[in-house]
Amino acid sequence: MLKIEHLCKSFGGLAATNDVSLHFLPGSLSAVIGPNGAGKTTFFNLISGTFRPDSGRILLDGENIAGVSRSGIVRRGIGRAFQVASIFPSLTVEEALMGALHAHREQNAVVRSRFPIPGTQVRAREVLDMLGLAAKARTLSCNLSHGDQKLLDIALALVLQPRVLLLDEPTAGMGPEERWQMIDKVYRLWEMEKMTLVFIEHDMDIVFKIAQSICVLCYGAVLAEGTPDEIRANPAVIEAYLGTDVEAQK
Amino acid sequence: MKRRGFAFDLGIATAVLVVLVILPILFPSKALIDFAIRVAAFGIFASSLNILVGYTGLVSFGHGMFFASGAYAFGLLMQKAGTSIPTAFLLTVLISAALAVVVGAICVRLKEIYFAFLTLAFQMLLHSLIISWQQLTGGDQGLMGGIPRPPFLGIDLSDQSQLYLFACATLVISLLLMRHLMQSPFGYTLRMIRDNAERAQYIGIRVWRMRLAAFVLAGTFASIGGIIMSLLMSGAYPEFAYWTISGEAIFMLMLGGTSAFLGPTVGTMMLLLLNDVITKFTEYYGLTLGVVILLFALVFRKGVADFVVEEWRRRFGENQA
Repeated sequence: MLKIEHLCKSFGGLAATNDVSLHFLPGSLSAVIGPNGAGKTTFFNLISGTFRPDSGRILLDGENIAGVSRSGIVRRGIGRAFQVASIFPSLTVEEALMGALHAHREQNAVVRSRFPIPGTQVRAREVLDMLGLAAKARTLSCNLSHGDQKLLDIALALVLQPRVLLLDEPTAGMGPEERWQMIDKVYRLWEMEKMTLVFIEHDMDIVFKIAQSICVLCYGAVLAEGTPDEIRANPAVIEAYLGTDVEAQK
Repeated sequence: MKRRGFAFDLGIATAVLVVLVILPILFPSKALIDFAIRVAAFGIFASSLNILVGYTGLVSFGHGMFFASGAYAFGLLMQKAGTSIPTAFLLTVLISAALAVVVGAICVRLKEIYFAFLTLAFQMLLHSLIISWQQLTGGDQGLMGGIPRPPFLGIDLSDQSQLYLFACATLVISLLLMRHLMQSPFGYTLRMIRDNAERAQYIGIRVWRMRLAAFVLAGTFASIGGIIMSLLMSGAYPEFAYWTISGEAIFMLMLGGTSAFLGPTVGTMMLLLLNDVITKFTEYYGLTLGVVILLFALVFRKGVADFVVEEWRRRFGENQA
C-alpha cells in the first residue's frame, strides 16, 4: 500500500528525516510516536507533498509519489489533517465539505451550474454523521469550537475517500475526556471506511490502545517499529522515549 | 438549504434594468446620464477587481492596466481598423484576456505584497508604453481625433441617451455574469483559496491555476469597463493606465465593501458622487476624500453594502447571501 524507502530530508545541516523506511499495510491503523522534534510532522509533510524529499522513494501502490505536487498527491488518494486545525473560516461546515468534494471530483472549476453540484451534499452529510458534526452543518467554520474544528479538518480529508489518511495529532489541545471521544470517532471511521490510517499521537494510552502497529521516530530516524507489545518491550524505546512511565505501568 | 438560483438574480437584474430605462424619462438630465455611464464603467471595473480582492484574496494594485487595455484596444480598433463596434468590443475583450493570461501567469505565483507590487509594476509598464509609443497612442495627449461610433443594429452610441442604455445593459449583464461565476463551484473554489490557500492544496485544488483563472476573468471584465469609458470620452487617455486608477478602484471597494456582491458597485456610486460633490465646494478634493477613506478604513472597517447585508441577515436570519 504505502511504502517508504530510504526517505531523507535535511533543513540546513539538520537531518529532519534520516533514512526512514516503513511499510504501511492496506487497511492498517498505525501510530507514529516520538519525542518533540523527532521529525514526525516532517515525515507527514514529505508524504503529503509539503516538502520534496532530498532522496528516497514514497511508493503508493507501487507508484513513486516523491516530488508530486500537494494537490496531485491528494488526488492519488492520500488525505491529511493538521496538528492545528486547518479549515476555511468563512464557509459553513457543509459548504467546506462540498467544496472539497468538488475539487476531488474535478468539478471545482465548473462555472455552468451553481454551487453545490447535486449529489455532493449526500456525501458531505454522510461524513458529518460519521463524525457527529451533522448538527453543525450550517455553522460557519470559524464559529466552531476547537474540537469541532479538528473534526472538520479530519472531515475535509475524509470526504475525499482517501486510501491513506494521515492525522497529525488529532487530539492536540484537548482535555482528557474530549481526547477519548475524538479517538473513538477516529477509530470508528477507520473501521467504517477501511482506509490505511496513520496518526501521530503523544498520549501513550491512546497509542497502545488502538494502534495495530507503532513506529517510533527519534532524531529523524526510525528507532523501532512493531506491534504495541513489541514496542513496549523494546529496550531502546524505553530508554529513549517511554522511560519510567511504562515501567511504572507494568 | 435555501439557495436562490440564477432565475432570482435574473429577475433582479431585469427589474433594475427597467428602472434604469425609466429613470432618464422621469429625470431628464444630461448630468445624470453622464454620471450613470461613469458608474457603469467604473462599476464593472470595481466589481471585476473584487473577484480578485474579495473572492480570491489577491489584492492587485495594477488592475487599471486592464481598464486601459480595454479603452486603448477598443479605441485603436475603431480608429485604425475601422471595425464595427461589436467586433471591436469582442476583439478588445479577447486582447485583454490574452494580456491577463501573460501578466497573471507571472504575478499569481507571488503572494500578498509581492503580488500587489508586481501587478503595479506591469501597469506602470503599460503606462510608459502608452506615453512613449506616440505614433500609435498619441502619447500623453491620448488617442486624438475622437473614436468613431458608427451605428450598429440600429443603435447609435454617439447619441448620449443610447450610450446610456448601452452602458446600463452592459453593466447589468456583466454583473449578472460575474455574480453567476462567483456563485458557481468555481466561485466557491476561489473563496476556499482566499480563506486558506494551503489547505486548498491538500484537498486537491490546483491553486495556481484557479488564481490565474480568476485573474484572467477579472482582467477581462475590467476591460469592458474601459470600453464604456472610451465610448463616453470618445478617446483613451494615459491616465486610464496610471496607478491612481487602480487606487480609485480599491477606494471603491473600501467604501462599498468586498463581501457583498454589489458592494463595489455601491462604492463606485459613492466615490463618483463624492468626487462630484466635493469638487463643487472645495479645491481640497484629495484631503476631503482622504478623510472619508480613513473613516472607512479605521472606524467602520467595512463597506456600506457589508453593513446593509449584515443588518439584513440579522433581521431575517439568513445564512446565505
